[in-house]
Amino acid sequence: MIDNPNIRTLVLGVGNILVADEGIGVRVIENIAAKYNLPDSVMLLDGGTLGLDLLYYMEDTENLLIIDAVETGCEPGTMLRLEDEQVPAFMTLKMSPHQVGVPDMLFAAKLKGIAPKNLVLLGIQPESLEMSLELSATIAAKMDDLVWQVIEQLGKWGHEVTLQ
Amino acid sequence: MRAVEDALKIKVPNNARILRNIIEGIQYVQDHVIHFYHLHALDWVDVVSATTADPKATSALAQSISDWPKSSEDYFKGVQDKLLAYVGSGQLGPFANAYWGHPAYKLPPEANLMAVAHYLEALDWQRDVIRAHALLGAKNPHLQTYLVGGMSTPIDPTSQAAINADTIITLKELFTRAKAFVDKVYLPDVLAVAPFYLDWAGIGGGDGNFLSYGDFDQADGSYWLPQGYILGKNLSKVHPLDHKQISEHVAHSWYNYEDEKKGLHPWDGETNPNYTGPKPPYEFLNTDQKYTWMKAPRVDNHAMEVGPLARMLVAYASGHQRVQEVVNFVLAELSKAAGATIGPEALFSTLGRTAARCIETVIVAEKLNEWVDELIASIKSGDTQTHAGPDMWNPDNWPAEAEGWGRTEAPRGALGHWIRIKDKKIANYQAIVPSTWNCSPRDANGEMGPYESALKGTPVAVPDQPLEILRTVHSFDPCMACGVHLMDAQGNELVKVSVNSPTTNVSPILQLSGLKSRD
Repeated sequence: MIDNPNIRTLVLGVGNILVADEGIGVRVIENIAAKYNLPDSVMLLDGGTLGLDLLYYMEDTENLLIIDAVETGCEPGTMLRLEDEQVPAFMTLKMSPHQVGVPDMLFAAKLKGIAPKNLVLLGIQPESLEMSLELSATIAAKMDDLVWQVIEQLGKWGHEVTLQ
Repeated sequence: MRAVEDALKIKVPNNARILRNIIEGIQYVQDHVIHFYHLHALDWVDVVSATTADPKATSALAQSISDWPKSSEDYFKGVQDKLLAYVGSGQLGPFANAYWGHPAYKLPPEANLMAVAHYLEALDWQRDVIRAHALLGAKNPHLQTYLVGGMSTPIDPTSQAAINADTIITLKELFTRAKAFVDKVYLPDVLAVAPFYLDWAGIGGGDGNFLSYGDFDQADGSYWLPQGYILGKNLSKVHPLDHKQISEHVAHSWYNYEDEKKGLHPWDGETNPNYTGPKPPYEFLNTDQKYTWMKAPRVDNHAMEVGPLARMLVAYASGHQRVQEVVNFVLAELSKAAGATIGPEALFSTLGRTAARCIETVIVAEKLNEWVDELIASIKSGDTQTHAGPDMWNPDNWPAEAEGWGRTEAPRGALGHWIRIKDKKIANYQAIVPSTWNCSPRDANGEMGPYESALKGTPVAVPDQPLEILRTVHSFDPCMACGVHLMDAQGNELVKVSVNSPTTNVSPILQLSGLKSRD
């Protein structure tokens, strides 16, 4: 449940910080929170490995920006930007309910009629999926770039963001 | 936690016992419903077929099986319109990732549409009822209020910061809504879908050994769902369990033991990783050698299925009155639909596993408010204690050596932790989680685990779309790859199910991430 009625934009970082680069989305959120002042109309959310539990954050969200590690088949560190209908939203084939992820959540949001109007996914090809709390050097080197893309997108959606 | 309580001989207060039952009970109810609607139903329900349903006929169908209020023609039309808008949105990827249109789907479009509507309703319902965990001082699914010796949340009828009169009233309301959905949506849906898949009462049974540790401790020390095990589908005998009968083998697992012909009891257990498989990515694993990160747990050298079916069968065979009533009711309903007698032997199957999970949900959901009443009676008697006190947290009060085993029945099945304490430190700690029992590989004697034996002889209509394999694997409710949610840019499958042989000895190697399951 979102308590702040003014929230219009949700910046959602997802991933598992125990699995090195899989946690990049969460690390970007932490980075932004530490460096920038955001207006009340923007909410930063560490989505961890939640799946359908993220559904209710879609209510009252106009703009959704997701940051996640994405399997693109390209070189590690390759960045990817998907918008609106390009972002996968479907029921995935899975073994266990614990694998319910963002595509399933977006599918349910669309069927429930609570999907955000604007949707952007910033993805990056991971290098290491070993058990580690640290990002690989390749992905860590892309952190500033990813953070800047988030700030730019917030600007496009009309939010004023300042450095702390 | 219970392992330490057992080792240090700590008895938790009566209120903590009741609170643990309540928290675990609503966990079962929420978990089982999510499993059915958000994972398993899609093995039986063809979502795309729902777009061709007649909403009026869907309404008639829904009203014929339940008096649940959301059943009008307009309601189902609304759900179908959203589905159509979505399918027509030009996003072709959406359904490419599942097996929609597969010949093994048998439901009429109207039943499919009803199930899609209930999939969406279950989302809202589960979010509502699991608030019980927050009220009792815990966040689902990792419940922080549990402590060695009891619970951290205090009871104080006059405090806003404790379990108080308001909490109790809210719990009762939540549990009334939980039960209503189970009785009026979940159970009728299972009874409506099952008659189309009665052949699955003869598929996926496996070797038929079932284990329950027993759980939901009662005031007299007994368990509401009883402990014991059943061998070879023989419901006339429940064997008593001594946990010292349990051992873990690694003959086919990527670990080292000094003597791999023998298993080790968890108190003496070892976990020395020894990967000998091919370099990933690979397509094939040789089951004659080591082939998994799962160990092979055994009770006196028998592989055991655990989970709702095991609990219901052990309870049924032990003479548990309410379990017998609901099992017999479900069998009678299925017999009516089939026009022939369906007996308890039908439970040894994929359909039986799915039915047993629903039966268990029914009996636990109706028990929740009884446990709340038990808590009220305890508080009224003047007892507000929820913790045994911190004395035993002090290592100076511990014996020089101690060992304990903590058992519980998690929603997915028997969960055991074993601890050995020496010189005020943990000398050894081992856990056997439910999915390790079910997903167990072969042992030194070559005996298969429950998944493997259940999948033997499964018919597969379309070899590169093994929906039938998924049905049986999903019926166990596997707990795997909990924490890896990598998104694929093209929407391609990241989970791969491969069938090595379509005829006999089907041995699908579930090529997931290789992470050990947690549960």
